[in-house]
Amino acid sequence: MSTAATPHGEFLQHHFTTAEQQADAGKIGMWLFLVTEVLLFGGLFVGFAIMQSLHREAFVAAHHQLDRVLGFINTVVLLTSSYTMVMAVHSARTDRRKRVVVYLLLTLICAGVFLGIKYVEYSHKFHEGLLPGRYYSHKGDSVPGQFMFFSFYFMMTGLHGVHILGGMAVILWVLRRAVRGDFSHAYYTPVDLVGLYWHLVDLIWIYLFPLLYLIK
Amino acid sequence: MEAHVTPAATYAKVLGVLLALTVITVLAAGFNFGSWNVVIALGIATIKASLVALFFMHLRHDKPIGAVIFVTGAATLGVFLMICMLDSDARTESAVRPATRDAGAPALSVGPSPSAPERRSPESRRLP
Amino acid sequence: MTGNYLSSPRGLKSWLITVDHKRIGVMYLFSVLFAFLLGGIFAMLIRIELLKPGHNIMSADTYNRVFTLHGAIMIFLFIIPSIPASLGNFVLPLMLGAKDVAFPRLNLASYYIYVAGALFAIAAMVTGAVDTGWTFYTPYSTTTNGSVGLMTFAVFVLGFSSIFTGINFIATIHKLRAPGMGWFRMPLFAWGIYATAIIQVLATPVIGITLLLIIMERVFSVGIFNPQLGGDPILFQHFFWFYSHPAVYIMILPGMAIISEVIPCFSRKTIFGYKAIAYSSIAIAGVSFLVWGHHMFVSGQSQLANAIFSFLTFLVAIPSGVKVFNWIATMYRGSISLEAPMLYAISFLLLFAIGGLTGLFLGALATDVHLHDTYFVVAHFHFVMMGGTVMAFLSGLHYWWPKMFGRMYSEKWARVSAALIFVGFNVTFLSQFVLGSRGMPRRYYSYLDQFQPLHVFSTVGSWLLGLGFLIMAVYLWASLRRPMDAPANPWGATGLEWQTTSPPPEHNFENAPSVTRGPYDYSSPEPTSAEVEA
Repeated sequence: MSTAATPHGEFLQHHFTTAEQQADAGKIGMWLFLVTEVLLFGGLFVGFAIMQSLHREAFVAAHHQLDRVLGFINTVVLLTSSYTMVMAVHSARTDRRKRVVVYLLLTLICAGVFLGIKYVEYSHKFHEGLLPGRYYSHKGDSVPGQFMFFSFYFMMTGLHGVHILGGMAVILWVLRRAVRGDFSHAYYTPVDLVGLYWHLVDLIWIYLFPLLYLIK
Repeated sequence: MEAHVTPAATYAKVLGVLLALTVITVLAAGFNFGSWNVVIALGIATIKASLVALFFMHLRHDKPIGAVIFVTGAATLGVFLMICMLDSDARTESAVRPATRDAGAPALSVGPSPSAPERRSPESRRLP
Repeated sequence: MTGNYLSSPRGLKSWLITVDHKRIGVMYLFSVLFAFLLGGIFAMLIRIELLKPGHNIMSADTYNRVFTLHGAIMIFLFIIPSIPASLGNFVLPLMLGAKDVAFPRLNLASYYIYVAGALFAIAAMVTGAVDTGWTFYTPYSTTTNGSVGLMTFAVFVLGFSSIFTGINFIATIHKLRAPGMGWFRMPLFAWGIYATAIIQVLATPVIGITLLLIIMERVFSVGIFNPQLGGDPILFQHFFWFYSHPAVYIMILPGMAIISEVIPCFSRKTIFGYKAIAYSSIAIAGVSFLVWGHHMFVSGQSQLANAIFSFLTFLVAIPSGVKVFNWIATMYRGSISLEAPMLYAISFLLLFAIGGLTGLFLGALATDVHLHDTYFVVAHFHFVMMGGTVMAFLSGLHYWWPKMFGRMYSEKWARVSAALIFVGFNVTFLSQFVLGSRGMPRRYYSYLDQFQPLHVFSTVGSWLLGLGFLIMAVYLWASLRRPMDAPANPWGATGLEWQTTSPPPEHNFENAPSVTRGPYDYSSPEPTSAEVEA
């Protein structure tokens, strides 16, 4: 956000008349962006749903290769990170500047743990030859066609992982500003909007987890 | 800038419910409810998603525009999903699938079918 | 004239890092016009090749690349950004009485992303190009050689430019209207841009994931669209058209939005049925998401889906029809003057009506079996996209030209050009309706001898079109070299954009406007600057 100083507030951009107008506009903008993410991932969900309905046995057989425990832990980690993120916003709104930093850091740590666990999962898959499309080389499948499931597994969790990385980057940016003391009850929009993005990343995983790991 | 500040305790409670629901969905996956499996799993996911949206994303107390935007997006996705599935189902044989796969390439019919849609069952595929 | 947005701040760098919506609009304008030139050159090459059956000036493989590039450039680099990003960016904040769009830096980012996408597309063109048609159907697009990956990535990048523009405009319209401008005092141009933006936000991500999936198929053989691997090529078409049909409404809605501004002005009469036009824009945006399968009637889609989509396609014509009737009703008993913007607007009415009506032939299942993939389709979409959107774009360009650049153009040469373009367009494309209904397939390099006379006729039409545009380029260029002496309101139009100087100052308005009357109040004299309160 702009740091141009104006007569009516340090962070008010010149084309807005009030801080509330600016904050409202930012929120509308972020919700619109989130909807584009919903539709982007949504395409993969649609593809998955249709391929799964056409190849039910193969998908069921394939999904047993996923580690439910790791998936469960990752879900817990991401839900917790949503909590720490919203607490960061809350802290900004209640003028507890140090806590903003702490909660943002905790969110980053959770994100890191999530990626770490995904790294473990991916390594296992590579090792077993459970790879997407033409690279699938797993031996001994009783039900053929399981490569298609892993095509989707890697595309969906991969795209999701990219968004986690992007989220970490923007959280780092907000963290820098929080350390600088930019945020208070009067101005917390960047934390708020980055938080919304982060919750969406969590939302996507809330659906990914049962779809990929649990459903028979 | 919303006027309403959600108390921290509420956020903690919501997290608690979310974690509990996660445990429940994993446990439920251990049982076989037949065709209800999908409904239960996605139903629980939707409850979790709603909690995140309403409380963590503050839709409960914000101006309605955010919710309108989000619901519109979800509805659009829903339309896409429904019609694609409807079409896919309507042109796929619903006969019992054989346990073994035949390796023949499926025949594609071009143009609208004169009678019942007798489309290829697109489930045979070759291992690389 | 003291500083205006063109002259201050000075220097190339000030343009490269500008966040001024007017400058961004101008940069987009020149970019899309360049894209139109490039796409137009490919079009001329196509028409020259088709002067006779068989080899004329290029091989069949080259021909496939040329028509693919013509389509891809015209759609993704020209027409989708054209009105919103150039005229929309320039005019919308002024029209709303705002100082800028909601997110000026996002606006600049949107422009640079457009440039990046264009560079990727050019890279694709020069490294082997693409011969799949702009529709990238699988399995050909996932298996053919050529720069498919680069081109699909280019389109993916361009999609973000479109999305960011849409986000910006929705937020701007919600939050930055001047005091007193309620939703129903907003000019209809804003309503049209708003409906367009909704589609941009909801539909574009789906083509985004579709393009990524093409790349995934090419690199990983993920299988989703490959029938030999258990995938479904028709699913690709669902994915593709779910965006690409609403996309055509991204193309036409801004055009309609311009017509709603120009016709009242040059009829000296308030618009007929303001609310109907406003609501119909939103209705078009909504229903546009429900008809995509009409591109797939003969592809193997189920009969159930065919029936649903055909029915909904007939419905979507209704709001467009409402608009056309309301525009005509606006002109009825108006005081019509035929300056260039109005000439193009009237052309739009006729040509869009033909284009829209021929869409219904295609939307009916039985006739589509005969007409699908023929030149009838080609003629239909050129009538709506060129006879519709491009005519409206030219109308808006001439209407707002003095506001943007502070100069008038030669009205005489503008009329010559408009006449040439109108005649040339009809010669080029009416003949194609006939060609198509007689069986000439689209995207065909060669053809039966019986089709040659009409092909020759069509090509001659393309030369008239080219001449018309050439003349336009000359007189517009000449206009830029004149002194900046255009008045603030050369047309005597209503609307806040006419209440500031031509060109506007950097911050749009010397005094922030407030609105006390509805748009299109042509019954009383246009508001003087004294009425625009500080």
